[in-house]
Amino acid sequence: MKQTLLSLSNLSKQFDGKTVLDSLDLEILDGEFITLLGPSGCGKTTLLRLMAGFEHPDDGSITLAGQNLTHTPPEHRPLNTVFQNYALFPHMSVFDNVAYGLKMEKRPKDEIRQRVDDALAMVQLEDFARRKPHQLSGGQQQRVAIARAVIKRPKMLLLDEPLSALDYKLRRTMQVELKRLQRELGITFVFVTHDQEEALSMSDRVVVLKDGRVQQLGTPREVYERPANLFTARFVGETNFFAGRVDAANGDDTITVDVFGLKRTFRKPDFQVFEGQPLHVLLRPEDIRVLAPDSDDGVAGKVVERNYKGSTLDSVIHLDDGTEVLASEFFDEDDPTFDYRLGEPVKVSWVDGWEWLLPEEDADAEAEASADA
Amino acid sequence: MTRWLPRTYLTLVYLLLYVPILVLVVFSFNDSRSGYAWGGLSLRWYEALFNNRAMVQAMWNSLWLALSAATVSTVIGALTALALHRYRFRGKQVLNGMLFVVMMSPEIVLAISLLGLFLLVGLQLGYVSLLLAHVTFCLPFVVITVMARLSGFDERLPEAARDLGASDFTMTRTVLIPVIMPALLAGWLLGFTLSLDDVVVSTFVGGPSYEILPLRIYSMVRVGLKPEVNALGTLLLVFSLVMLMLSQWILLRSKR
Repeated sequence: MKQTLLSLSNLSKQFDGKTVLDSLDLEILDGEFITLLGPSGCGKTTLLRLMAGFEHPDDGSITLAGQNLTHTPPEHRPLNTVFQNYALFPHMSVFDNVAYGLKMEKRPKDEIRQRVDDALAMVQLEDFARRKPHQLSGGQQQRVAIARAVIKRPKMLLLDEPLSALDYKLRRTMQVELKRLQRELGITFVFVTHDQEEALSMSDRVVVLKDGRVQQLGTPREVYERPANLFTARFVGETNFFAGRVDAANGDDTITVDVFGLKRTFRKPDFQVFEGQPLHVLLRPEDIRVLAPDSDDGVAGKVVERNYKGSTLDSVIHLDDGTEVLASEFFDEDDPTFDYRLGEPVKVSWVDGWEWLLPEEDADAEAEASADA
Repeated sequence: MTRWLPRTYLTLVYLLLYVPILVLVVFSFNDSRSGYAWGGLSLRWYEALFNNRAMVQAMWNSLWLALSAATVSTVIGALTALALHRYRFRGKQVLNGMLFVVMMSPEIVLAISLLGLFLLVGLQLGYVSLLLAHVTFCLPFVVITVMARLSGFDERLPEAARDLGASDFTMTRTVLIPVIMPALLAGWLLGFTLSLDDVVVSTFVGGPSYEILPLRIYSMVRVGLKPEVNALGTLLLVFSLVMLMLSQWILLRSKR
């Protein structure tokens, strides 16, 4: 069982009367890779800045391994930050940038040299020690920023959207690199991003934030497959929302739900259900089956869009009642001609048990969730 | 037609700019007493200049005044710019605007008001009054130069330094000042030049105990243009060129 390293309790922060963090509680475990995920303005960066000590909470406390850090200035916190635009010191060489933290600790010169060399070797920049930051590419600057931040062997590394300035391919490389570093160093990583794909692929746990509150905390798989609410479902990945109505609660842990006039049998959800209750039936595009128009199962509609994605074929299907359905299908090796024409009539179905049920939220919250996502 | 027109135009502009300076330099080596006829090469006016003890004294006075005025106004100006950049306080906009008032107001107005102030507080006119006056008119230029640099300053840099264990003071010493150094240097040079060639304000607030070069030249020219002045002008020109090259060299080095 992993121990709690940092615990945030009841943290609140306002800027000019606008609430950015709303009595937020969060426990970060020792050695984990945790991601703060949310749309811009959700409070994720503010949360990170509170941990680093650049901002002070209006209320609440920050405790690191039993030590209260709430009012400790940043220079006395045993954690370091990798900034969004790297914030490398432009007037110093790569070596001096990386050495900065150790110089502040007044370490002996030989030790500094040795440790900086090691840190640069770790990020494969041994040959660039004498360069100035502006002579490096974006990816190299990123590596320098990481080396600079880990040289003091912090208990925790805070990363504020560190990959957002890199192009797609480099970002993928750095994602793998960061995971490798985290494993090698054994440091807790707190990673801020608005990119849900990045969050899912890198993290041990994901914190989904909105309006300064935790919407969901769980493993990437939990967040993706079992979203806690409509916001998370919409923000993380693409989802089809079908309106359903509880037809009957069966005795055997299943319920019968009326979707598009079809009676489907689903697993009983965690929340209370009653007969006649409206609910959302969530299905990821990859769970959707597109069938021939003459099949017995499914709901009729027609293909209005098709997108060839290489490994998958993504299509948008308009059901006869006006609902839009996203479907993402893998190519079938046995059927090389697998494709759709626009306007082609099809039927849409899914395997019962792959769905996820959520209760209706009040109208305001629902509208807001779809606007944010 | 389309080719020679821009060239001619450019040549004319540069001639207009440099011919007077060139004339001054050439005539400083002129062996003739008259300022208008060529009498062969000679260094006699340089000799005369250096034998003119009052003149040499005025030169040193001017340099010392410019040096101290530029330094004092750079220190105060940099701190002012930092405060204006870093903090939010009441009356910040007013304070900011007042800098421009000093910069834009006619020099003669500044001169009269400073003189009035010095007389009111009973300050002896001399080095101190000149220094105070020069710092006053140099200050806005320094503040604006430094503020321009700060506006492009990455706010994450001080945070990065603090994050790595630097106190506020250490951060200022090791990150903030080195990064804004080019602006400090530019502000200092601007102040130095402004102070060195100021006539109007200095005429009012200067005193007989501390004679400075521009006033000395001014009084010399009133009784007729002496070739000595050409020699002096040439020396000043060389001095400013050296200063300019020095500052460019420092700027280039800081970029590397």
